[in-house]
Amino acid sequence: MNIHEYQAKEIFARFGIPVPPGTVVTTPAEAESVAAKIGKPVVVKAQVLVGGRGKAGGVKIAQTPAEAKEKAAQILGMDIKGEKVQKVLITEAVDIAREIYVGVVMDRRAQKPLIMASAEGGVEIEITAVEKPQAIKRVHVDPLYGVHSFAARNLAAELADNAEQAKPMTDIIEKLYRVFMETDASLAEINPLVVTKDGRVLAIDAKLNFDDNALYRHADIEAMRDTDAEDAGETTARAEGLSFVRLSGNVGCIVNGAGLAMATMDLVKEYGGQPANFLDIGGSSRPEKVVTALTIITSDKSVRSILFNIFGGITRCDDVARGLVTAFNQMDLKLPVVVRLTGTNEKEAREILKQLPSLHTAETMDEAVKKAIQLAA
Amino acid sequence: MSILIDKNTRLVVQGITGRDGSFHASQMAAYGTNLVAGVTPGKGGTRFEDKVPVFDSVHAAVDATGANTSVIYVRAPFAADAICEAAEAGIRFVVCITEGVPVRDMLRVVPFLKERSTRLLGPNCPGLIAPNSKVKVGILPASIVLPGSVGVVSRSGTLTYEVVYQLTRAGMGQSTCIGIGGDPVIGTNFIDCLRMFQGDDETEAIVMIGEIGGSDEEEAAAFIKEKVTKPVVSFIAGQTAPPGKRMGHAGAIVTGGSGTAADKIKALTAAGVPVARVPSEITRLVAQSAPALKRA
Repeated sequence: MNIHEYQAKEIFARFGIPVPPGTVVTTPAEAESVAAKIGKPVVVKAQVLVGGRGKAGGVKIAQTPAEAKEKAAQILGMDIKGEKVQKVLITEAVDIAREIYVGVVMDRRAQKPLIMASAEGGVEIEITAVEKPQAIKRVHVDPLYGVHSFAARNLAAELADNAEQAKPMTDIIEKLYRVFMETDASLAEINPLVVTKDGRVLAIDAKLNFDDNALYRHADIEAMRDTDAEDAGETTARAEGLSFVRLSGNVGCIVNGAGLAMATMDLVKEYGGQPANFLDIGGSSRPEKVVTALTIITSDKSVRSILFNIFGGITRCDDVARGLVTAFNQMDLKLPVVVRLTGTNEKEAREILKQLPSLHTAETMDEAVKKAIQLAA
Repeated sequence: MSILIDKNTRLVVQGITGRDGSFHASQMAAYGTNLVAGVTPGKGGTRFEDKVPVFDSVHAAVDATGANTSVIYVRAPFAADAICEAAEAGIRFVVCITEGVPVRDMLRVVPFLKERSTRLLGPNCPGLIAPNSKVKVGILPASIVLPGSVGVVSRSGTLTYEVVYQLTRAGMGQSTCIGIGGDPVIGTNFIDCLRMFQGDDETEAIVMIGEIGGSDEEEAAAFIKEKVTKPVVSFIAGQTAPPGKRMGHAGAIVTGGSGTAADKIKALTAAGVPVARVPSEITRLVAQSAPALKRA
C-alpha cells in the first residue's frame, strides 16, 4: 500500500524526523489561509500516489498567499498520469543549499534491509543507479541488531560537508530505519533530504510504501488508505479477498492462482489479443467470489469477452461451475464467456455447466485464450 | 532419489486440526507420506482421524515420534513463530504453506534458521511432491503427477500444476516438483533447487518456472551456466504485468524498472536456457533438450 507525502511526513514527524511545517488542503481558499499562516513563501504540492508529479506541473512555488491560492486552483483537479489531484500540501519553501538522497528498501537477494544514500539527491535513485552508480552508498542492516550507530555515523560523514551537518544526518538515518521496521514498510525514502542555507537538515519530501501482509497490525496506517486515488475495481476486489489489477485490453480474465493468472494474460497478448486485467480468485471457489469477479470485470466497458481459466487442485472445478451458474442467474450477462476448467472434479463441473448453453467451453488454456480473443474482436 | 523428501520423511503437521491442515493431512497420508504427528497447542493427547497423535508442541511431537520434517498450515500472524518452533525442536526441513506472512517476520526467521541448519521451503508455497517415492508435503494435487525424471521448480502454485499436468500428458514423469513460493523473502530459492536437482540421480532434466519481481531467475541463470550440466527449460510469467503493481504474489512486482520478465528471459537465454513463449511449448522444449529422456 502507498500513502501520500503529507501522510508519510506525519509518520516521519512522529518518529522525530524534521519536516518543514505544512498543511494539506482541498480548496484554493484554504491554500491561501494556510500560506498566510505560514507567513513565508510556500510550495504547493499535488498529493498523488503516482510518481512524476513535478514534471507534470504538480509542484509550484508561491511567494504570497494570493499566489498560493492561484497555484492551488491550477493544481487541484489536474490529471497526473490518470490520477485526479484532490488535495495539495501547502508547505514552507526553504532555501536549499544541498540535496541528498536517503532511503531504506528490502534487499530480497541479501534478505536484509538496505540503506541507500547519495550526496546527489533530488533525482530518482533509479536514474542515479544507472548514470552514476558510484554515487550511491549502500549499507546492509542486520535485522536482529538494527542500525549500528557507527554505520549511521560513517554513512552520514560521507554525505555531510562538515561535522555540524553530520550529526543530524546520523540521527535521521537511524530514525528512518526505525520508521521502516516499525511500520512494516517496504520502502522508506527521503528525496531530497536538504541542507538549508541557514544550516538546517530537513526532509522536504517523504515516501512510504507498506507490506500489505502486515497491515493487519497497523490499523493507523490502514486508515490512511486513499480509496479515492485507487482503482474502484481494486478496492472492491480487496474487500472480497480477490487480487485485481486493471489493464487496458478487452479480454477479461478470471483465473485461480497468481502465476497462472499472469501466464493467462501473457498468452492473450501472445495470441494477438489484449488482456483487460489480472484477476486471481484465489484458492477457495465460493460462488460469491465468482459473482464479485464478474461484477468487477463487467463494470469495465471496454471488456468484450470473458475468459475463465481454472486449474483445479485445491480449488474444485465443480465449485467454480456452481459459482458460474449462480452468477448467470443473478446477473444479466451480455458478454460471451469462455470457460476452461481442468483438474479436481472437472467431470462434475462439465455436468453442471450443461445448464448454461450459451457458455463457450475449451479443453486447454491455449484453445480457451484463442476463443476469447476471437469473441472479443 | 527425490530431493528433500523421500521414504525416510517422518512428517509432523503444524495446525493439523484447522480446516486446511486437516484436509491436507489426510491427502498427504493417502498419497503415501509417513504422517507421524500433528501439533495444535491445546489439543495435545487427542488423535487425528483416530490414528495420528496430536501434541501441544513440536518438541513433544519430535520426542515421541522422531518427526524430521514439518509442514505449516497455521494463520499468517503465527506462521513465523511456528517455523522457529520447528527449528528449535530440531526439525531440519520445514515447509510453510501459509500465505500472507509479513516480510519483517521472515527477516528474523532467516538468520534464526541459519544458526540451526534448518532448511525452509516457502512461505506462500504449495510444497513439494516426489512421485517416484509417493511422498508429498504440502498441497500439490497428487492426481496430476507421474513418476519419472523431470525435476520441476517454480515460484507459483497453479501455474506449476498446469505445467506438471502438461508434462504428465506428454508422458514426461517427474522426479520431484517443488514450489518455492511467491514471497519476497523465502527460505529456498531457485539456485538451491537447481543444485539439488543437479546432484540427484533420479533427475534427468529440469523445468524452472519463474515470474516477475526480484532477481532470483537472473542469479539462477548464472548458476546454470556455471554449474548445471543437465538440460534446463524455463518459462517466465508476467510479461504483460504493468510496473509498480503487485500481481497477486507479494514478490511479483516490477519496481524501478528491475525484475521485469524481459530481463529474466534475456539472462536465461544468454545462459543457454531455452525459454518457452507459452506454457504449452514447455514439453516440446524438454523433448528437444533431453532427447534421451525416458517417457511413460
